[in-house]
Amino acid sequence: MRTYALRRVLQSVPILLIISVLLFFMVRAKPGGPLTAARRNPNISLEQIEALEEKLGLNDPLPVQYGRWLGNMLSGNMGNSIKFHRPVAEMIRERIPNTLLLVGAAFLITLLIAIPIGVWSARKPYSVFDYLMTTITFIGQSIPVYWLGLGLIVIFYVLLKNPFTGSHLFPVGGMNSQGKSGDILDFLWHLVLPVSALSLGWIAWYSRFLRSSMLDVLHEDYVRTARAKGVMDRRVYYKHALRNAILPLVTLIALDLPSLFAGALFVESIFSWPGMGRLFWDAAKGRDYPVLLGVVMITATLIILCNILADLAYGWLDPKVKYE
Amino acid sequence: MSSSLPNARRVEGMGRLIARRFFKHRLAGIAISVLAILVLASILAPLNPYSPTDQEPVNSFQKPNVAHFFGTDELGRDVFSRILYGGRVSLSVGLLSTVLSISVGILVGALAGYFGGWTDSVLMRITDAFLTFPTIFVLILLGALLREQPLPWMKNSVLIVILIIGALSWMWPARLVRSLFLVLREKEFVAATRALGGSDSRIITRHILPNCIGPILVSGTLQMAYAIITESGLSYLGFGVQPPTPTWGSILSTAQNQVFRAPWLGFFPGLMIFITVMAINYIGDGLRDAFDPYVIHSEK
Repeated sequence: MRTYALRRVLQSVPILLIISVLLFFMVRAKPGGPLTAARRNPNISLEQIEALEEKLGLNDPLPVQYGRWLGNMLSGNMGNSIKFHRPVAEMIRERIPNTLLLVGAAFLITLLIAIPIGVWSARKPYSVFDYLMTTITFIGQSIPVYWLGLGLIVIFYVLLKNPFTGSHLFPVGGMNSQGKSGDILDFLWHLVLPVSALSLGWIAWYSRFLRSSMLDVLHEDYVRTARAKGVMDRRVYYKHALRNAILPLVTLIALDLPSLFAGALFVESIFSWPGMGRLFWDAAKGRDYPVLLGVVMITATLIILCNILADLAYGWLDPKVKYE
Repeated sequence: MSSSLPNARRVEGMGRLIARRFFKHRLAGIAISVLAILVLASILAPLNPYSPTDQEPVNSFQKPNVAHFFGTDELGRDVFSRILYGGRVSLSVGLLSTVLSISVGILVGALAGYFGGWTDSVLMRITDAFLTFPTIFVLILLGALLREQPLPWMKNSVLIVILIIGALSWMWPARLVRSLFLVLREKEFVAATRALGGSDSRIITRHILPNCIGPILVSGTLQMAYAIITESGLSYLGFGVQPPTPTWGSILSTAQNQVFRAPWLGFFPGLMIFITVMAINYIGDGLRDAFDPYVIHSEK
């Protein structure tokens, strides 16, 4: 088992290297280079720029620069933000927990709602409930997350007001009201709209998947055996069938990670949630390339790590799977 | 011969069979009409009296009315007209990037699945690498980067968006085509063609590929829904198609900035994306049923 995990980690190294080479050369190939702004500044002389270029190693051959950049990356030094003059690694470290909180909360809600819907739809396929859920999930799957987010802001912030106080129903920016950082209730209140926007599409997608996965499993012999020996319906569905039907879901979630992070990026941008997605969007608007490269590399690493975790979880959930 | 048999059914061509089975799925039939109307409306956009880019600041922020069906934006531009023209961009970006990603996917998947061995290993490693890309982040980065390149064709943001969405979404069709090829290459008809001296390229293109058409079309609809949502999302964030060219995403983006002055402004562009994606998803559902020999339709 440990060697399997090790092999997966080793396999992911070339993947990360390919990504880093592509990104590094694309960023460096753009005209002007990192000192464009300095060049335009009349207060900085040409000599100073040349000295700066020499100091930053911009005159070295590109492969040498790449080697140095990679070495720095590996030791956790991602350079400084052009705009904020702060270490990129530090900026990302501040933001990661916020993104994980948002995504984690949305994911918890998704599982809590999608699993019962999937099981109930499969229990009586082609019933009224099933048709209703199929239609709703089709709608949920087709709504773009940014439109949903904007719609939630319009409805719950602009149009609807608290009838007693006239204040907004839900806040739409940041994680805490001013002067209330650390207040859990205030934080949860800020979490409602972003989490709703983020989880609707996921609920739709995973409940549909679970429904068809359950339908496959319900034909199996062990389900019939369980019924024959008089196990209660509830137990048959939630214990015998769900345990097997949920397995492919683990793989699916791992494959979906890039799009899960994409959803978070949109939601963070719309609701000014101070996570990695918002950091990335702001950096992209300001063409702050060290931040952009740092975030992409960190997210790629996170996705690969989660993939490995999902594989290991699969082996733990399904004793039939053996790793050589 | 067959007509002389009393109970023989009229022989039906494959295309007609699929079409008949497709339209049995009522919602798929409705979906294809909705999509046809949207495409037609975008093509006929010039018939509309208003230009999508003419600014009339005097008439800014009009609510939807008889003259301006969807109202006007902050510069007094007719939103209905902008949505029609935006549909041209959004729909063609969706279609073209899908064609691109499916073509690359077929090429990679067919080679990997048919030849197997090290070809398969190498191609699938690359596919896996692309699958772990944090796609939207890379798309934004590319969108920002490519616009700063000196080559003149890179100034065309529509082309860039088509290319980058296509280049980062061929992995799903590639995996699908590979899995189909892995099964089909073991079939008797392939062995028979090989025994008759059929070349590899002939077996791939003439014998195996036509048998994959159903699943490929279904994955094409998924791809197109994804491409339209992604293009709009990119343009919404400001890294897709650049102004003044309207797309549904960029119209939505300006609406977001005016959410307090004109909260209705974001409704229609988003609705268009939603309706289009929903229609495409239903068409995919219909195609899946039409090509699946095991689906039994209830005759209603």
